[in-house]
Amino acid sequence: MNWLIAVLQSMLFVVLAPLLAGWLKCCKCYLQNRKAPSVIQPYRDLLKLSHKQPVVAEQASWIFLISPYIIFSATVLAATVVPFIAVNLPTSASADVIVMVGFFAFARFFLALAGLDIGTAFGGMGSSREMTISSLAEPAMLMAVFTLTMTASTTNLSLAIAHVLNEGLVLRPSFVFALAALTLVAIAETGRIPVDNPATHLELTMIHEAMILEYSGRHLALIEWASQLKLMLYGVLIANIFLPWGIAETFSGQALGYGLLAIMGKLAVLAIFLAIAETLVAKMRLFRVQEYLSFAYLLGLLGMLSHIILEAAR
Amino acid sequence: MNIEQLDFYTQAILSMAALVGLTSFLMLGQGRLLRLIFVFAMQGFLLTLTTVLAAYSLNNPHLYISAVLTLALKVIFIPWMLRRQVVQMNMHRDIEALKNNTAVMLGGAGLMVFSYYVLHPIVQSSSVVMLNALAVSLSVMLLGMLLMISHRQAIAHVVGFMSIENGLFFAAIVSTNGMPLVVELGVAFDVLVAAVLFGIFFFHIRTSIDSLDVDLLNKLHEVDK
Repeated sequence: MNWLIAVLQSMLFVVLAPLLAGWLKCCKCYLQNRKAPSVIQPYRDLLKLSHKQPVVAEQASWIFLISPYIIFSATVLAATVVPFIAVNLPTSASADVIVMVGFFAFARFFLALAGLDIGTAFGGMGSSREMTISSLAEPAMLMAVFTLTMTASTTNLSLAIAHVLNEGLVLRPSFVFALAALTLVAIAETGRIPVDNPATHLELTMIHEAMILEYSGRHLALIEWASQLKLMLYGVLIANIFLPWGIAETFSGQALGYGLLAIMGKLAVLAIFLAIAETLVAKMRLFRVQEYLSFAYLLGLLGMLSHIILEAAR
Repeated sequence: MNIEQLDFYTQAILSMAALVGLTSFLMLGQGRLLRLIFVFAMQGFLLTLTTVLAAYSLNNPHLYISAVLTLALKVIFIPWMLRRQVVQMNMHRDIEALKNNTAVMLGGAGLMVFSYYVLHPIVQSSSVVMLNALAVSLSVMLLGMLLMISHRQAIAHVVGFMSIENGLFFAAIVSTNGMPLVVELGVAFDVLVAAVLFGIFFFHIRTSIDSLDVDLLNKLHEVDK
């Protein structure tokens, strides 16, 4: 029974990810005075891409061909680790947050390899930029998540969220910092506006798009879907760690339905905030990204410090 | 003593302490003067909130007066005056290139650890959790000094100075449960006078070296021309 719910939850996660991307695009269009596409437009795009025949360059090796599948499945596996509508599920009990970061790193490794594999200038440039950014973003993210795990004294996300939930409303200064740090890292990792622009193919600024420039057809669909999943994953992580109220603790139908509604509401609100931020902020120069990410790291460090200084038992 | 066993007031004060520390870090990394002044006003606003919180929970009505003073001076008047000067001197479009920004920020984190290390014996020997917030206010003071060292614009120096005063004020509120009103009135008046005096100083520096960049003060007029 538990496993069934766990599988259902992961499937729901995968299925709902394009919806979040569609909703985000709608919010952005509305804010920028443009006519918004339908919320389900990402589904249509994915469907269309999956029907098309993929065109592969002659020089492409097997790495290029298997990468989309590896990236997609690693992201889906990462999604199973994160509690989405219920805590205490067997999938999230079997792996902790470090495994999740490991899945991300694995997917990114293959994405970067695929970018290099074809041998075009853009692919290599994109891979090198992606690796630069991720090497700075990963410690900042781990620092922010460790603040939570130190509070709950476990690295298991499900147990940690249950711990936060059971404590009730406690004002934790360290969580303020960790939230800020994780938000900054999430924006950098999912390639949103101050770091990378997901909507453009402008050669000199793109990072994610540069790596996947050679993909087409169902390969492109899988990679797009994986990046939408990643966006959703960070959203769920932020929403469920810092505002876990509403998540199902028992496996009754009512609790699960309520949990689903709660997380969808939280994600919708989060997407509105992201859309506002993307509308207000201009994309920054590539060489300022390290300043941005070192600020995120600093915030994570401060969260850890204030956990030790202000909150620790003595 | 764990944080979940403390009462709501103490938790709120600790959160405020963290936020005040955050604003200090934001000021440290800020190259634009107008935004620096805005963050400074935010820090003043957090101080006002802390004072109101202390006044409410300690049932200490005269703290409301000091909250109103803080709001009027540090959130409205001084930021407004600095802002007006920046706009008048046509510096609001300049971005100050900060040298070694990352190193300065990490140095700031080091200062925070240092201030906790310094206060550790005091915190341990007393039972009051408030003394934890004292470590934060000490680090706010040190960060204010670091701000004055790392920035070159005279206006940034003034903001750093004022944030040192903010740190002192925060320490006074959280550790003594409110100073006597006379003392607070005196300090507020001092800050006001200092702000006005700094305005005059800006004017003089600007008329004599034609800039507010204090690095230029090292140069001699005769050599340069």
